Amino acid sequence: MPFEHLLVEGLAMGACYGLFGLAVVMIYKTSEVINFAAGEMAMFSTFIVFHMLTFYHWPFWAALLAAFIFAAVLGALVQYIFLRPAKNPTLLSLIVITLGVEMLLMGFASWKWGAEQQEFSLPISYMVTYEPVKGFVISQWAMAVFIIAAIIMAFLYFFFNKTNLGTAMRATQQNKHAAKIMGINTDRVFAFSWAFSSVIGLVAAVLLSTKTILDPQFMLEPFLKAFAAAVLGGLMSIPGVLIGGAIMGLLENFFGYAWPAWKPITAFAVIVLVLCVRPSGLFAKHWVKKV
Amino acid sequence: MDMKRAYYEDIELFKSGTILFWAIVLMVGLFTLPLFSTNYYLYLFNLIMVHVILAVGLNILVGSTGQISLGHAGFFAIGAYATVLLMTKLGIPFFPALILAAFIAAFFGFILGLPALRLEGPYLTIATLAFGLAIMHIIGHMEVFGGRSGLRAPDLNIGIAQLGWNLTLTTDLSKYYLILIITILMVLGAINILKTKVGRAFVAIRDSDIAAEVIGINLTIYKTLSFAVSAFYAGIAGGLFAFVLGFFDPITFNFFLSIYFLVMIVVGGLGSIMGSIAGAAFITYLMYALFKNISDIPYIGDFIVNISQRWLSITGIDNLSAIALGLVMVGIMIFEPMGFFGIWIRMKKYWKAWPF
Repeated sequence: MPFEHLLVEGLAMGACYGLFGLAVVMIYKTSEVINFAAGEMAMFSTFIVFHMLTFYHWPFWAALLAAFIFAAVLGALVQYIFLRPAKNPTLLSLIVITLGVEMLLMGFASWKWGAEQQEFSLPISYMVTYEPVKGFVISQWAMAVFIIAAIIMAFLYFFFNKTNLGTAMRATQQNKHAAKIMGINTDRVFAFSWAFSSVIGLVAAVLLSTKTILDPQFMLEPFLKAFAAAVLGGLMSIPGVLIGGAIMGLLENFFGYAWPAWKPITAFAVIVLVLCVRPSGLFAKHWVKKV
Repeated sequence: MDMKRAYYEDIELFKSGTILFWAIVLMVGLFTLPLFSTNYYLYLFNLIMVHVILAVGLNILVGSTGQISLGHAGFFAIGAYATVLLMTKLGIPFFPALILAAFIAAFFGFILGLPALRLEGPYLTIATLAFGLAIMHIIGHMEVFGGRSGLRAPDLNIGIAQLGWNLTLTTDLSKYYLILIITILMVLGAINILKTKVGRAFVAIRDSDIAAEVIGINLTIYKTLSFAVSAFYAGIAGGLFAFVLGFFDPITFNFFLSIYFLVMIVVGGLGSIMGSIAGAAFITYLMYALFKNISDIPYIGDFIVNISQRWLSITGIDNLSAIALGLVMVGIMIFEPMGFFGIWIRMKKYWKAWPF
């Protein structure tokens, strides 16, 4: 495989991880919760697309729209039902709650759709390739990933800087109590950030399912890698997570090409090494615990 | 009643006659249990006790020292593989192999403890998680460890074959007594560790590592020691688990196993030995036994089968245990973050001053 091809595919994979890491960062930024359920929330929403396509024969865009709405409602509901009632949660109890939601969703999805792999076809294909410049091959899938990632980034930039809700989210992240005094309903802001994160996760999951497979566990490894990418980027910065994702994707592709057997863990080994040198990721201030 | 007048009262094993009495009743019950139960339940009890050892060890790390680990399946796997390989490849007798394997696991715990010195919160979580996954993949990719196809445990010979003493345990009953004795020793060990200087240092680190450092606790030593002790327990548990199962492969020690371990101590109660025992028993029962035959569950069994036939798939009905576990995890965190131990404390407080 030529170098350019590995580079482009790695970057596209990295953009997927970055997008999905964005879903993690979005929640961590506002509510300081590591959402271990992000992968399964996205998986469940992707199965909604699959279900609509396969059993009700909806057109693709209608199915996707339904899944978007479902994902937003699911995200807000998870925050409302499972996280809001927890009183003075510690880091560990938040981790356990989100892991519990993960088990719930995964159990329910495998109950409903079975543990086997599903046939899931999208309008974008991994097999169709273009050659815009001589010797530079890019697959339709990679192109779609780049375009969608760019659109979402632009949207988020606009959203965080120009809209009221985005400003409220940034305010809540900086100081929850001060934001409350300013008249921001922080609980609602959390619910919105969960809904947004869930939708971004769905986009990333649909893109990933095209490249890999669709079964109830298909988001497990991408989630771990996206989480690692987010940690690499510092868990707080949106450009950071994209760069982290790109690093993950490239590492995985190049190492995977060189040593296929060790593909799943090279990325994690690098993460641990990076964390040893910079304990709070590449692009963040040091993670400071309040004493 | 709870007032302590001397230091010895704080560190004695049986705080009152009542506790001593119930401890004796429990011991008698555990040692005579095989008289009343079938082979399947003995197997289940073996699994529970293995998980008790691990949960007690994990609680030293998470509950007492306050370091989160999502990679304990890795230490568990190291214990299992090291015990079996030391016995089959090098011919080491069972007990030395088990202890050696536990020390190997402890060494890996020490290694993992080194980055943990600098990492906190989410960063520590991802590092331990990566460790657990890495162990699983490394085992799966190396032929020495049996690769993907897994490993079969040898006969459980607790004698020393080289000297001609052979005592092979084949039934679940004999394994039950072996594991029971080891479990009791390990639990007593954990109770006592928490009463020594080391245990106090762990608790001080949990409450505030900066304050602990100020009063002269060497964070480097005690944090890595905590990882090592916890990994030692996981190693012993893994070595026994290998013989309870008889056959295992890398997928046995996946990411979810680490979650189950964490859930055991969280459900039981962080920082409490009795809590981790109760949590391990409850979660093991939930995972292995409760949903084995769903239609046999009283009252709701048929209802669940009907629902899954009508709306969901009947093949995926085993996933009910995952759903139940998820509900337990979320519920316990929302309603009783201290777990079973918290419920017990509340009950005790309520009845102590009961008429008032």
